[in-house]
Amino acid sequence: MKVAVCIKRVPDTETRVKVTSDGKTLDESGVKFVINPYDEFAVEEALRRREQAGAGEVVILSLGPQAAQETIRTALAMGADRGVLLQADRIPFDGMTVARALAAELATGGYDLILFGKLAIDDYNQQAPVIVAELLGLPCVTAVTRLDIHGRNGVAEREVEGGVEVVEFPLPAVLSVDKGLNEPRYPALKGIMAAKKKPLEVKPVSFAVADVEVLSLTPPPERKQGRIVGEGPEAVAKLVQLLREEAKVL
Amino acid sequence: MSGVLAVLEQRDGGLRKVSFEVTSAARRIADVRTAPVEALLLASGAVSEADQVGRFGADRVVTLTHTAFARYAPEAAARVIAECVKSEAHDVVILPASAMGKDLAPRVAAKLGVPLVADVTDLAVENGAVVAVRPVYAGKALLKVKVTRKPAVLSLRPNVFTPLEQRRKAEVRTAAIELPEGAGRVVVRELKAAAAGAIDVAEAPVVISGGRGLKEPANFKLLEDLARAFGGRAAVGASRAVVDAGWRPHADQVGQTGKTVSPPLYIAVGISGAIQHLAGMRTSKVIVAINKDKDAPIFKVADYGIVGDLFEILPRMTEEIKKIYG
Repeated sequence: MKVAVCIKRVPDTETRVKVTSDGKTLDESGVKFVINPYDEFAVEEALRRREQAGAGEVVILSLGPQAAQETIRTALAMGADRGVLLQADRIPFDGMTVARALAAELATGGYDLILFGKLAIDDYNQQAPVIVAELLGLPCVTAVTRLDIHGRNGVAEREVEGGVEVVEFPLPAVLSVDKGLNEPRYPALKGIMAAKKKPLEVKPVSFAVADVEVLSLTPPPERKQGRIVGEGPEAVAKLVQLLREEAKVL
Repeated sequence: MSGVLAVLEQRDGGLRKVSFEVTSAARRIADVRTAPVEALLLASGAVSEADQVGRFGADRVVTLTHTAFARYAPEAAARVIAECVKSEAHDVVILPASAMGKDLAPRVAAKLGVPLVADVTDLAVENGAVVAVRPVYAGKALLKVKVTRKPAVLSLRPNVFTPLEQRRKAEVRTAAIELPEGAGRVVVRELKAAAAGAIDVAEAPVVISGGRGLKEPANFKLLEDLARAFGGRAAVGASRAVVDAGWRPHADQVGQTGKTVSPPLYIAVGISGAIQHLAGMRTSKVIVAINKDKDAPIFKVADYGIVGDLFEILPRMTEEIKKIYG
């Protein structure tokens, strides 16, 4: 079982967003970066698939700045075999450009599975897995919460509004995975030490001009200062009246 | 003729609300360009309210039928939509960023070889180009982008665009189509429905979320009682803390690593308001917070707050809401 996992270096969820003076990009000073939380489920799933098969390789692929090597090392410390960094100063905003770079690297790998996290918690684009699959001509299932693979056939479950879709697909395939699929392992000290010696190839990439132009990045509008209606259950009647007559949502 | 294509969504032969939102947004773009709006439905047979789409601004409603479209058929749907865009030379294609649309829209964009601007919350035409706003960092910032290539493919966040009545006499057409053998390798075998009456947090007009303040999983019954009092309009959500603790399923999680919701009414109960939770619900129209700690950050984003013991407040609230919807 040869599995590629595409991961991304993203700002931690506790990050307070500040914008640089160009008005278009995140001010990264003081920002703590982590492996995208959804990608941890993808790494875990890849490791389990390799362990179950008793043989194979888990390759970590990331597109990002030089510092993304650390992110790749995190996945290597969990147990992946080797890493590839497609190095670029900035990760393009548009999913098509990202997907093209990833697909070019993945095309010749002979992977049985290509895994992604459901979405990256920075750009929220939620599209690279699908576009990579389209570019490679592979079947794709997104936001997988449950996965069974027998031979060359897979069955996945994905959550939709008010239900769960049960989806069948053949391998090789591209999957994006959701929280709930598994419980990612923590890298053990032994794994962290071993990760330092695992192969990590760095390849510079460049991009064509995207067909989407960023105009601005701004903080969301401040919410109007609210008010405390009162204390305890006695305040409920007043609250319901306000919701009805002032906010008009009841 | 180039125009705006609105891709609608149906389930079991009934239109989903996002279909009207997408149609209204398409109308807004089309009006600037004096272009027509075509609404496209893929279904296994007639869709009951298809003729209603004209009320929201569609000039033409086309239902393409095939047995494969009884359930979501990702590969066939993407192929049919992309072919339609190519043959009609649509300038703008708008899909819902629903669970289906999040899977389908990138497939369509990839087939057309153009970028997708996903999960859009505001949309305009500036100097002839489509300009879209979308939340990034889970709503901690808004990214405004201009699409410089045609067709512009966009997906719209559900519950954000208000369906506007703009009555048109839509031309309604239904046609059975053929699909090539083996058009779908990815097959949705079954749709397991959630418990009867359950409504998804991403779609509910009222979301009532609980956090650690609920103290134990069984106490979520208080939230479920309140949700029921809203007469099927409310869903129960949860903070990351209680989902990670295994109290509630991940499908219910609201926040940066869960769902981002924008309901007309959001009620946060026993949730302190960590930044990653606020990110997932701050675009709600009205936010109510119930918390025993008057300094909890949740009160900074709430429109209305009650300070006190949620175990006393919730039953009273359920009674009051029952008076309205009971």
